[in-house]
Amino acid sequence: MDLPQTSIDLPSAPVRSVPLPIGPAPASKPWKPQSARLRWVMLGPALLVIGATIVYPLAASFVTSFRDWRLTNSPLPGAFVGFENYIRAFSDANFLNSLRVSGLYMLLSVSLTLIIGLGIALLLSKPTRLNVFARTLLIFPFAVAPVLKGFSWKFMLNPEYGIYAKMIGDVFHPLRGYVWLGHEFSALAAIAVSEVWGWAPLFALMFIGALGSIPGETTEAARMDGATSFQIFRKITLPLLAPVIYIVALLKIISAFKMFDQVAIMTGGGPGNSTQTLYFNVYQTAFRNLDMGYASALSYILVILMGVIATFYVRTLLKGD
Amino acid sequence: MLPSVTPGAVRSGPSPLARKRLAQGGEIIATLIVIFFVMFPLVWMILGAFKSEIDIYSTRLFFKPTLDNFRAIFASPTLLGSHTWISALVSFLTVAITIPLGAAASYVISRHRFRGRNTLFLIILITQFVPAVVVAIPFFNLFRTLNLIDTPIALVIVYLSFTLPYAIWMLRGFFDSLPVEVEEAAFIDGCNELQTLRYVTLPLVMPGLLVAGVFAFISAWNEYFFALILTKSDSLTLPIAIGTISGPRGPMWEQVSAAGIVVMVPILVMSLFIRKYFVEGITVGAVK
Repeated sequence: MDLPQTSIDLPSAPVRSVPLPIGPAPASKPWKPQSARLRWVMLGPALLVIGATIVYPLAASFVTSFRDWRLTNSPLPGAFVGFENYIRAFSDANFLNSLRVSGLYMLLSVSLTLIIGLGIALLLSKPTRLNVFARTLLIFPFAVAPVLKGFSWKFMLNPEYGIYAKMIGDVFHPLRGYVWLGHEFSALAAIAVSEVWGWAPLFALMFIGALGSIPGETTEAARMDGATSFQIFRKITLPLLAPVIYIVALLKIISAFKMFDQVAIMTGGGPGNSTQTLYFNVYQTAFRNLDMGYASALSYILVILMGVIATFYVRTLLKGD
Repeated sequence: MLPSVTPGAVRSGPSPLARKRLAQGGEIIATLIVIFFVMFPLVWMILGAFKSEIDIYSTRLFFKPTLDNFRAIFASPTLLGSHTWISALVSFLTVAITIPLGAAASYVISRHRFRGRNTLFLIILITQFVPAVVVAIPFFNLFRTLNLIDTPIALVIVYLSFTLPYAIWMLRGFFDSLPVEVEEAAFIDGCNELQTLRYVTLPLVMPGLLVAGVFAFISAWNEYFFALILTKSDSLTLPIAIGTISGPRGPMWEQVSAAGIVVMVPILVMSLFIRKYFVEGITVGAVK
């Protein structure tokens, strides 16, 4: 059938389903005389705690990153060595590997989470009774402790008695008895899946919220004009969801670079060092090899990486309001 | 008026009504698959907790349920009871410090106008991007010299590094959503700022305090990374203690599952309790 080109005037207001309390202050005037003393008495304790628990360690790590400090040699920090720890990082095959693993893991988990989350959201967007019930269940996986995510997936993927391993093997015989956590790519993918299981339902909830704010008349008008469901999704739903997708993707990228718990529980970085994420590498350098100077430098490289992503995030938030 | 259907159209395929039914059926099946994907790992763990050490290695759905695993984990050598106590203590202390400090700070940021207010708020946001491992290295060395390794207090201190900025963020949203007029009225009636806060603002923002408290509790209760580094034996929290449940064949899955229920159930109940705010809360806090 020949489709008429549908040109639909989209509502210009962006979808705003993620309410974030940032942006310029409300224009309203201060509503009462404000005691400057009370202000600092109330802000003080919180600022003190933030200073002590974040600013202090950030500064301390920064200083340590320029020192040679191996706890195996001495409990006290050693000499300053300039940029040596940073230079060492970029010729350290182990570190470069962990950078690659983290990158690959990030791509895997972010894309899977977005696709599955979007799929679930589209499926559950109609408020039927079954869908509303299913939506309530969506909050559970995220609330489960990462440790339990790790243990439950490790158990279910066990080649001898894991139920998921068995189900996959029954459907697809060549994979019978496949050691999912024993092969490089499938181990990383398994960790990603355990994380996607926690995050995709949450993303779905966010997308459902955003879908709810798309006016029904818009899609109805497109349908009247003969657009197919896929065209409506491609031309209307997706562009309207784009701002939300962008924000949650950034959140997921950040969380992907912080992956540690499931690595520690499901693979311990193995087989070989194929699932050794950046985070896990820093952990091992600091608390297994007890090389504090080098670990601090590695952790600062992580800080810089996060800083870049955070800049995008903050900029979007500031612009969004 | 009924749509007229030509005989040819009927023969050529399913009628529009049948096709609609089919699509609906497809959607229902897809929804059931989603429910399976979301719930099965939890269900399988819950079932595992009631299986014997033989049944746990079978994938059959039917088995004779037993409570032995719960008895086993609370007895020696796991002694889950004491770890539950540590976890509860650490989480409650974290919440008890986070909420008053966070509420006070976010009240000021929401209601006062002063120079550097937006900058301050932005800094608080950015602190949430600081990776935990950067915080862990200096604190590990500090606590080592102070002999605080393996104490609940060490955990509470580092947990504040992510619960407090996050609570300030979340509570600011709640304060901002309160209409200022109510406070103005109280002020005109003769309350000073502290009295207004005490008798008007705080009661109104109570749901926010509750939600932020639950989030702080959940993140402390589930925390793994810091606890792994800063505890050894006496102060092992639940997530770490679970890892110690192993026999000669590796983890004893039936007991791990039982311990998993102990960790999971309080959190699931709390999440249900605040489910209206769940998504918004995480959008602010997911950057932990």
